[in-house]
Amino acid sequence: MIELKNVSMIFNQGTVNENQAISGINLKVREGDFITVIGSNGAGKSTLFNLIAGSITPTTGTISLNDRNITRDPEYKRAKYIGRIFQNPLLGTASNMSLEDNMMITYRKGFKWLRRSLNHKMRESFRAELVQLRMGLEDRMKENLALFSGGQRQALTLLMMVLSRPELILLDEHTAALDPKNAQIVLELTNKFIADYKLTAMMITHNMSHAIEYGNRLLMMDKGEIIFEAHGEEKQELTVEKLIDKFHQIRHKSFENDRTLLSEE
Amino acid sequence: MIEGIFVEGLIYGIMVLGVFISFRVLDFPDLTVDGSFPLGAALMAQCILMGVNLWLALLIAFAGGVLAGTVTALIHNHLKVPNLLAGILTMTMLYSINIRVLGNRANVPLLNQETVLTKVTDRLTGIVPDDYILLVFFAVVTIVIKVLLDLFFRTDLGMTIGAMGNNEQMVISQGVNPKTLKTIGLGLSNGMVALSGAFAAQYLGFADVGLGQGIIISGLASVMIGEFLIMKSNRISVLTLCAVLGSICFYAVMYVGRYYGYVVKMTPNDLNLIKGILIIVLLVLTQSKKLKKTAVRAVVKND
Repeated sequence: MIELKNVSMIFNQGTVNENQAISGINLKVREGDFITVIGSNGAGKSTLFNLIAGSITPTTGTISLNDRNITRDPEYKRAKYIGRIFQNPLLGTASNMSLEDNMMITYRKGFKWLRRSLNHKMRESFRAELVQLRMGLEDRMKENLALFSGGQRQALTLLMMVLSRPELILLDEHTAALDPKNAQIVLELTNKFIADYKLTAMMITHNMSHAIEYGNRLLMMDKGEIIFEAHGEEKQELTVEKLIDKFHQIRHKSFENDRTLLSEE
Repeated sequence: MIEGIFVEGLIYGIMVLGVFISFRVLDFPDLTVDGSFPLGAALMAQCILMGVNLWLALLIAFAGGVLAGTVTALIHNHLKVPNLLAGILTMTMLYSINIRVLGNRANVPLLNQETVLTKVTDRLTGIVPDDYILLVFFAVVTIVIKVLLDLFFRTDLGMTIGAMGNNEQMVISQGVNPKTLKTIGLGLSNGMVALSGAFAAQYLGFADVGLGQGIIISGLASVMIGEFLIMKSNRISVLTLCAVLGSICFYAVMYVGRYYGYVVKMTPNDLNLIKGILIIVLLVLTQSKKLKKTAVRAVVKND
């Protein structure tokens, strides 16, 4: 699937503000993986996602998808096979358009021509898909998305992304801006969709217990490097305490500052 | 005489629809309009003088506008120039081009030439009362263009362009290049503006390089009046209707100002000041309207 070889990202290279956000990361994402990514602020988690999604090009190293080099492909081209959800629930949908129009735009990726695809049959299939969310949205197809809550919009973004069957989905703290109840709903939906549709996913989270509970692999990042990785049984046996100890062991520094950032529930 | 008020509003209404696309749908403040409007007028005038088929001439004027919009989009997309500056660049370059198109003159009169309007007048004489021929013709033209635009924005492509104006990241995430959409949108917008210019030249009886001066302000004022008068909606057909009605209102006010302004010692030269003040007043009014709404919502929430 996706493979990162020796990828580094240096911002403002050659100036006083030079900042090495990612240093020499090697990562292989296998099909069917559900990887959770943790790390404190500035560890390079979001930069890593930006590199994979194509919003930035790495300073060195290559990124390949199924052995095809995509390092220089622009974001909109990669978006055809890489789905992404942001922390901001407003970024996934258009506020000034109705729910059905939003679904029309997102149900199929790529350039669209002068056709009118939205017909009765399509509305019915959208309605059937919306039922999965159990939010009653199937009865609000004509309403503008500006009237929907953040949790509803994030759940919609998730559903619409899943329907396009991307090869990899990137979840960038997609529940962090929601209230605890909605965050839990969206997270459960995410887990369900990933299992139902057999998706390959990467999820950034600040919540260590979520990182342990969900997925089959866990990455811990610090200062632009992946410092610890667990999968399979090793991951299942992890606890929040063990993770903190691990960090301490590897970095020989206190996790205290990060304890506040990485909530333990 | 009274029909003149509406005719202007309808002719310029096509331009207002173009401005509506760039400012409201694309969220791209495009100043190219000040150059593409006289470009349409100049191309039409030159075609008439050269004896080109009149319908082909309209098409050429439209194509000229599309080209102008495309240039702005290319400058913005590929040289990473801010949208306002890209529009000003094209507008400035168009000034020279327009004079070239007019044959190194600043003004070309079209009196005693056969134009689309004289043809239509000949055809409709006897069917429609003489005074209302142009009114009927432009009402049909503007409504047809409005409906075509509505249909376009209901297609998959049109809807994606609408989504981009609201949320560019969403469009990128759907695997569509926003640069392509901006180029299409600006091309369409300026094509309509140029078409409006082509009709205006025939109506006024001349093409002038200064025709476009301040046209963007008139267009924006019309869009805002339309939005102010009529309730908010997310339906594109209502929004385009607002733009056309806004244009009719705006040009009616300007018409009255031009012909009866002397009553309050106003000259036509004061109109640009009036336009600017009108926009500022509209901005103030819409903002206080919004504030009231949020205040009401806050009260409801507190209960």
